[in-house]
Amino acid sequence: MADFDAIVVGSGCAGPAAAYELAKAGKSVLVIERGTTSGAKNVSGGRLYLHALRALFPDDAGSAPLERRIVRERVSLLSADSATTLDVTDELMRDERYESWSVLRARFDPWLAEQAEGAGAEYINGIAVEELLKDGDRVTGVRAGDDEITADVVLLCDGVNSLLVPQAVGAPRPRPDQVAVGVKHVVELPETVISDRAMCADGDGMAWLFVGDATHGRVGGGFLYTNRDTISVGIVATVSDLMESETPIYQLLEEFTRHPAVAPILEGGTVVEHSGHLVAEGGYDALPPLVGDGVLLAGESALMCVNAGYTVRGMDLALAAGQQAGRSAAAALDAGDTSAEGLAGYRAALEDSFVLRDLRTLRRFPHFMESTPRVFRDYPDLARDVMRELFLVDGTPMRPLAKAVPPIVKRTGYLNVAKDLVKGMRSL
Amino acid sequence: MSTPRPTTVSIEEYLGRNRYEVDEEHAHITIAEHPDPIEFAELVRVCPAALYKVDEAGEPTFDYAGCLECGTCRIVAGGRAVATWAYPRPTMGVEYRYG
Repeated sequence: MADFDAIVVGSGCAGPAAAYELAKAGKSVLVIERGTTSGAKNVSGGRLYLHALRALFPDDAGSAPLERRIVRERVSLLSADSATTLDVTDELMRDERYESWSVLRARFDPWLAEQAEGAGAEYINGIAVEELLKDGDRVTGVRAGDDEITADVVLLCDGVNSLLVPQAVGAPRPRPDQVAVGVKHVVELPETVISDRAMCADGDGMAWLFVGDATHGRVGGGFLYTNRDTISVGIVATVSDLMESETPIYQLLEEFTRHPAVAPILEGGTVVEHSGHLVAEGGYDALPPLVGDGVLLAGESALMCVNAGYTVRGMDLALAAGQQAGRSAAAALDAGDTSAEGLAGYRAALEDSFVLRDLRTLRRFPHFMESTPRVFRDYPDLARDVMRELFLVDGTPMRPLAKAVPPIVKRTGYLNVAKDLVKGMRSL
Repeated sequence: MSTPRPTTVSIEEYLGRNRYEVDEEHAHITIAEHPDPIEFAELVRVCPAALYKVDEAGEPTFDYAGCLECGTCRIVAGGRAVATWAYPRPTMGVEYRYG
């Protein structure tokens, strides 16, 4: 007989969600987390869409340690010397159905782990699972340090840089074009200063994404999220493109934080943390098998991340996938069959949920970004030059817009712009 | 490959703000004795902690102590620069206080 009904590897978003469901269903479950506390090894941008947390904890989601409710969305096309920005506020962003909050993982993840522990999950912290125990193709447990622990089912929720996924389902490590690297600063500032600079009330906040000069025209972008008394600011760049960049990623971040559109928000702040993290970018077509004999994958270890350019989501997918993994594993344990066949309900349930449906809807977007460098190199300058015709006045006679704008667009080529627009729309 | 532009970041100062439990006895990532220069140049560009560097004499240098444990070098490694890659030993490595 196995030591546990289930072992969950990793206590980020997916792991505790899975462990909570398993414990609630009366299963014995062990969570193994390599951080000495949950969250100690985890990084997000980041913003969490709350629907997934409410689905897990209908009564308690409100007590989670979140930072600010996002009520201002900004997207900027960034040139070296300008920003052309879309700024959206909408009272519906406060609605329970749609609300999203900035989060800091070292604060959020321990709360999530507490929910799983409260439901009866056991925890081991501070030790990494180095190897899976296998009987033929079947996963039968884990090796952590000197201990071998067995279970009827193992749930891999160990993050985007999982050393266990190749052992579990034979999927190779992600290719450099399937992941981006993120680097982030957490900048400390007084709470009221952040509210003022984000033009929000205390408790409310802003999410801001940047494309163009943030990565010096490379595939990727910049981000800025306001937390309660810190700001998260960073760069994400597709690894395969960054490998050839003349500017290393940490230097891109430095220049981004000094950009005239960004620097005033951070002015006077203190960098209190410098973090790095991989981001899955390959979309639906890069997903590894989600199920093997005796094993399930949920969250970033399964490369679950939705990038639509104007929003990036991973944590709500991980919470929902973890919840489903826990339920499917519990059902398979009840049926006495945790083979790949017995666990197949997990994949089917995800195909019906937003997790795989959203990934499928956006499956062409990764290729669009990669194959359309004009988005990163040309359009920010194009937008700037059009806006200059609108907003710069020096007393010389104005040119009618109908005459001034076409030559600017013509630089990139009417056909190219039209093609990119159509391709972009189709990939979203 | 393009030549890297000169950098102005004091990355050590930023890493100094992080909390680490440094494993003085064991390097969790090791590089090859004679790393392939092209592959090494890629690592220089992608490591968010600037742990892969080429010194003034043109020699590759690497220090595991400030590692952010993101795994980017594992993804990029083609087998001719990074020799071994593992997570730090139990309770060791970076401890994010914000994340």
